[in-house]
Formats: sequence, structure tokens, C-alpha cells
Amino acid sequence: MPEFCGIDLAHPVINASGTYDAIAAYRVFGEALLQDFPFSAFVSKTITPEARAGNAPQRIWETPAGMINSIGLPNKGLEGFLAEDFPELAKLPVPLIVSVMATNREDFSRLVREVADRDGVAAIELNVSCPNVHSGLIVGENPDETEALLETLRPLTEKPLIVKLTPNVANPEAVAIAAEAGGADAVSLINTLKASALDPMTREPALAAGHGGLSGPAVKPIALQQLRSVRAAVEISAIGMGGISNGADAAEFLAAGAELVAVGTENFRDPRAGARIANELETGMSGASPRLAVLDLD
Amino acid sequence: MRAPFGRRLCEVTENKASGGYRIFSLIDREGPAPEPGQFYMLASERSWGEGGGRPYLPRAISVAETAPAKDGVRLDFLVEGVGPGTDRLCDLQPGEQVWVTGPLGNAFSTPKQVNHEAAGAILVGGGIGIAPMAIWRRRLVENGIPLRVLLGFRNEQHSGGLNELFCAGGALCPDVRLATEDGHAGHQGFVTDLLATMLAGDDATSAVVYSCGPPAMLEAVRAMCAEQGVACELAMESPMACGFGACFGCAVPKPDGGYMRLCLDGPIVRGDAVLEVAHA
Repeated sequence: MPEFCGIDLAHPVINASGTYDAIAAYRVFGEALLQDFPFSAFVSKTITPEARAGNAPQRIWETPAGMINSIGLPNKGLEGFLAEDFPELAKLPVPLIVSVMATNREDFSRLVREVADRDGVAAIELNVSCPNVHSGLIVGENPDETEALLETLRPLTEKPLIVKLTPNVANPEAVAIAAEAGGADAVSLINTLKASALDPMTREPALAAGHGGLSGPAVKPIALQQLRSVRAAVEISAIGMGGISNGADAAEFLAAGAELVAVGTENFRDPRAGARIANELETGMSGASPRLAVLDLD
Repeated sequence: MRAPFGRRLCEVTENKASGGYRIFSLIDREGPAPEPGQFYMLASERSWGEGGGRPYLPRAISVAETAPAKDGVRLDFLVEGVGPGTDRLCDLQPGEQVWVTGPLGNAFSTPKQVNHEAAGAILVGGGIGIAPMAIWRRRLVENGIPLRVLLGFRNEQHSGGLNELFCAGGALCPDVRLATEDGHAGHQGFVTDLLATMLAGDDATSAVVYSCGPPAMLEAVRAMCAEQGVACELAMESPMACGFGACFGCAVPKPDGGYMRLCLDGPIVRGDAVLEVAHA
């Protein structure tokens, strides 16, 4: 049984934030979802201080071996989350990790304080792919901003703080080092890669927001390399993700140094992907043998 | 009906051309029979996202007809190849396996559920959007609800499904009227021309309009119904990666602000529950 930052988990497969709505899935699939929950811990969609409607459509675009999304973090805000969603998520049969994001340290502090205070919250993931409104810098793209944010948040809770790293930087390991220095317990990577698609007929961007984030198997080799770089630079735990579709993929991320792996886009293709991948990891039964996938890197 | 948790493989039993479209059938041994208006996420087991290409995501397809089958439920889907996903579905061979999640989404409401004074139904289908009209028409007929069906196509190449879904005894069902933009069959013009004539009748408000088709047609139907004070339900479409509320891709603006997720709150939406149907 893997242990992650002091949390005992049944297997090493969790979900990537924003790729599974357990409340919606319960509406669709009912009790079967809870009886056979696909992940060993559940990561919520990112919560922001105020409610957000999300971006106008078109929000998603299929690409070779993946997709681009610009969903825009729709959520009920901290108050709505705590009143409506948290009680439902606390009933899930696995530990709950809540993802939070704010554009200044005061709001970030409020989110961490209020969320960490709840008994049903096992850990907090910090979505730092947003600007600090005071500096204008994307926190997760800047080591100094990241370290300063962690120094603000670290004293607020003893619960594990996980920093979600963006791949849209030259040196993700520098940000990981800063997160570690600021007191983070773990890093998770990668977030989506900044990406665009244009309609060749209209010459307009395919997504209403103009650009979005690429995910799916297309990003897996990039994710693995960033994970290896980060792993070599820091001691704290890592959650690896980026295009994991089967047990062999998951085994590669574990071999690259991840303690846990997260499944994102594959959930859209297979609502039980997490359980399938965990099973494939354990039994070696998948499209390709995980053992071979690990050994055959050259 | 509630979908079994997860995706499952279903065997293709038939796939045939119908005009410019294809109709293929699957045998579902695990899921419940779908309600009219519901959809499935479909992806072929082979040649779907393998080797790093497209299609990668499953495709949301409305069920056109269903019937009990030996050991399960037969599901019929009407498709037109307009991209890598629908092209692959058009190419499915009997004996191949398809990943199926569903039935998903909500279903059409009876006329009385929509408007307690309504007695009949007007079904308006355009192009490939005639698919959910077929299963809904059969259900309404079985329940003895008076109806008229108006179906429109752009031209002969972009039409199909009539023989399999709207004919009896070799002839078009008597309640069905056609409109084609090129005039190759029925009224030459838009299907909404036929709807306008019907809505001009004295008893139009005693009917509920149900519609599925291209966005511009759906918006015309919505606006005409709103103007005439006739309740309508629209079977809408929106880019959808998952079908079960996970991806947040299928956002449709609500009149009071914000967005609904069409996979959860649709695909059947009351005409007054959307601002307008976005169309190019």
C-alpha cells in the first residue's frame, strides 16, 4: 500500500485536478461509482475565492493523441464549495485533496486556512498557474513568487501542501526547488502545455479563449522528462501525470521517480480508467507489459 | 435510464448505407434500453487514437432506434462521416467491437409534461438530426399521442435514414412531411417553412415542438416557437469529450447567466432554458 505524505492509499493512481467531477459522475452512474471508485485519492476541481462561470464555448478541441482545453476554472467559489460540494466529496470512500487557486497571497491564505480546517480534507494542491495581481507574474513560472507564496501558506496548516507545476517554463526544476525551499510537501506535474488550434477555413482560433492547454498522450514524453528533471532536483514527493492511458504508461512515471500517478484526459475516454490502470499496474496486464515498457526505454 | 459505470465493448451487428448516411447497430448486453433523446459515447475498439492520431476522444451520438435483442438491447445509430471520428464509425464492420458508455443525458418529456394543456407533438428534424426524432416518434405513436413529423435535408447527398426510420410498408409514414433545399423531395425550401405553416394554425399552441438538427435550424425553431408562444424541447449538440460531466467542455449559455453542462442538463433542453442556439 503506497503512503503519500503520511496518507495511506490503496494504490498509486489518483485523478488530475479538473478531469473528474465525482458529484456529476454520481448523478450519472449512481452507487456503482462509490462501490468501485477509480482513484485511491480524489483531487477536486480548482476552487477560487469567488464563483466563476468559466470560459465561453468553444472550450475543447481534439488534437492528434490529445486535446486542447480552455475551460476557465468554473467553480462555485470557496463559500459555495464548502456549503454544497465539500459535504458530498467528504462522503467519497477515498482521501480528498482540494485544489485551490487565487491571484494574491491574502486570498490564497484564506482558501488554505478555510479548506485545511475541514476534517475531511487530507491535503491541499496549490494551482499556481495564475498571475499574482500585484506583480503580474505567473506564480508557477517564477521561483521567487512560488517560494514567497509557500512561505506565506506553510505556517497556516500542517496538512500536506502540493504544488502543481506548470510545464510552460524553461526550468521546472527551479520552481520545484523553490517550492521545496518554501516548505511544500510535494509537487505534482505536469499541468497542461500552452497550445492553440486555428480553423483553417475561418483563420480564427478554434477555442473562444484563443488558446488553451494541451493534454493527452501527446504530452507524455515531455511530462516524463520534466518529472525526471524535477526528481533529480528535489527530495520532496512527486505526483506524475501527463498522458497516462494504461498501466505501462503509469509504470514509466513511477520509474521516473513519481510516488503517485494521476490520470487526466484518459478519464474522458474511460470513466473507470483509474481503476483499470491501477489493476494493469498491479498485474502487468495491459496493452504493453509495464515491465517491458520500463526496460525498453532505449 | 442510468448508465452502467464505465465503458463496455459492444459488437457491431450491421452497418449499411442509407442515402448519404450510414446506419449501424450494436448489441448492448449490459446497459438498459435508452429513453428517446439519450445519447452514447462511442469509440471503436481498434483504430481509434492508436499510433497517435485522431480520432482520439469518443463521439457523442444520439440513439436513433432501439429494440430488445437476444441477450440484450439493439442500439441503432445514424451517422454521417464529417470528420475522423464519424468517418471511423461509418466504416465499422459487423463483428467489430465498439467502446460504449451510456445511455447518457436526459430524455424528451411528453407533451403533457412540457405543457399540461398540450395534446399533440410536432417533431422537426434536420439532416442527421432526424435520428432522435425517429425513436421519439415511435414512442409517441405507441402512446397514442397525435403528431406531425417535419424532416428537412440540404440535398440528396446529405440525406438518409428515411427508409429505415420513417417508412412503413415501403412508403413514408403518413404523418411525415419532407422539405429539401434542392427540391429533390417534398417541399423545396427549409423544414422551418413547414413549421411556420403549422404554427400559423389555430390549434398550434395545443402542441409541443421537439426538434433536432443543425444549429441554425434549431435556433430558427426556437425563435419561431418563442414568438408563437409554443413550448419546445431542443435536442442540442456541443463539443463533448466525456459525456458524464468530467470535462466541462459542453458548456451552453443559460438565460440567467453562466453555463450548463449539456451532458448533464441536456441534451434535451427547453427552448426557454437557452439564450439562443449558437450558430455560425
